[in-house]
Amino acid sequence: MKPAPLRYLRPGTLEEALGALAEHGGEAKILAGGQSLVPALNMRVARPGVLVDVNRLSALADVRSENGSVVVGATVRQADARLLHHPLLAEALPHVGHFVTRNRGTVVGSVAHADPAAELPLCLVALGGSVLARSSRAERELPASDFFVAHYTTALEPDELVVETRWPAPQEGWGYAFCEFAQRRGDYALCMAAAVATGAELRVAVGSVVDRPTLLAVDPERPGESAAAQVEPWGNVHASPAYLKELVRVLVDRAVARARERAAT
Amino acid sequence: MIPLELTVNGRPESETVEPRLLLSDFLRSRLGLTGTHVGCEHGVCGACTVRLDGVAVRSCLLLAVQADGAEVVTVEGLAREGKLTRLQQAFHEHHALQCGFCTPGILIAAEDLLSREGTPTREEIVDMLSGQLCRCTGYTSIVDAIVEVAGA
Repeated sequence: MKPAPLRYLRPGTLEEALGALAEHGGEAKILAGGQSLVPALNMRVARPGVLVDVNRLSALADVRSENGSVVVGATVRQADARLLHHPLLAEALPHVGHFVTRNRGTVVGSVAHADPAAELPLCLVALGGSVLARSSRAERELPASDFFVAHYTTALEPDELVVETRWPAPQEGWGYAFCEFAQRRGDYALCMAAAVATGAELRVAVGSVVDRPTLLAVDPERPGESAAAQVEPWGNVHASPAYLKELVRVLVDRAVARARERAAT
Repeated sequence: MIPLELTVNGRPESETVEPRLLLSDFLRSRLGLTGTHVGCEHGVCGACTVRLDGVAVRSCLLLAVQADGAEVVTVEGLAREGKLTRLQQAFHEHHALQCGFCTPGILIAAEDLLSREGTPTREEIVDMLSGQLCRCTGYTSIVDAIVEVAGA
């Protein structure tokens, strides 16, 4: 339960960090909050040759409003009170890990880690947000729905760093809701759902029961039922596929009802 | 090997460490501060929780080199001149520990919660404790002790 030998780099600027990734990309891992990476190092399921610690990149510590989005930089912690101004994040964040792990874990790290049972990637997909990736070659913006590829897999290249995530800002008259079911508080959710309800439109995304956070086109009259019909959960040691489908139905209905109620008030 | 300078419980420390050394192991084996307990070593149990630059963190999920320049407080740094903190005193009075393995981490995490703006509710205290595993007490006495200090 100790990390294997590794090289540790602590760049002081973004350029240095991108240079290190350009040089070591394939064998490097980016260390932000480390709340998922360090357990993997300790258990040696991850054995990167090089760690690039981005925690000292103070230029990436910002939360700001820009072009209708809340922009969250790479080193912003999940416990950052500035995130609570977004109603969807405010509802989802208490479910992310625990009080103490949120002090260290970052929003962007959670997104880049792409755990299919993670709350923040689901919210980013539900909102239709995006990810800004930089490398020493270029910069590109990836829509959340293209960014998440499969379990722990994103569209990032080995030399790219997610410098910020963009979360469409809350709109007047829109309602947001996040629901999950976990066996213990703070544990991985068996199923989760997020809903964004506007006057005319309904956006629903589900997580945990699929290999990446997934936007579903639901029937506005029977959202839960139509969502459950679109997923084929594999089941796991805790829950059968049929049970997980039932959770999808219940949680989607619950999230949609809450989002609509909030949109109306 | 990488040079590391930090302050632990108000004392400046200067060491050279392998980058893979965890902060928890650094505190215990290099500084002899064995009050920081190591349970699961993957961030689940919370026994290794210490204060890093003012906030509670898992010391098993940090490399010691990441604490370069930081101020760390461990359970040994809470009581001053042999006088228990209010929270420690409340733990004593409510019998909020049995074996004591989880206690250092819970004290540090609870101090952090209590330092935040506003008074935490009993429910928020219970929620915080979901990240701090105790297998002896059933938690009730721990919650009571924290609630008393919070004045909730």
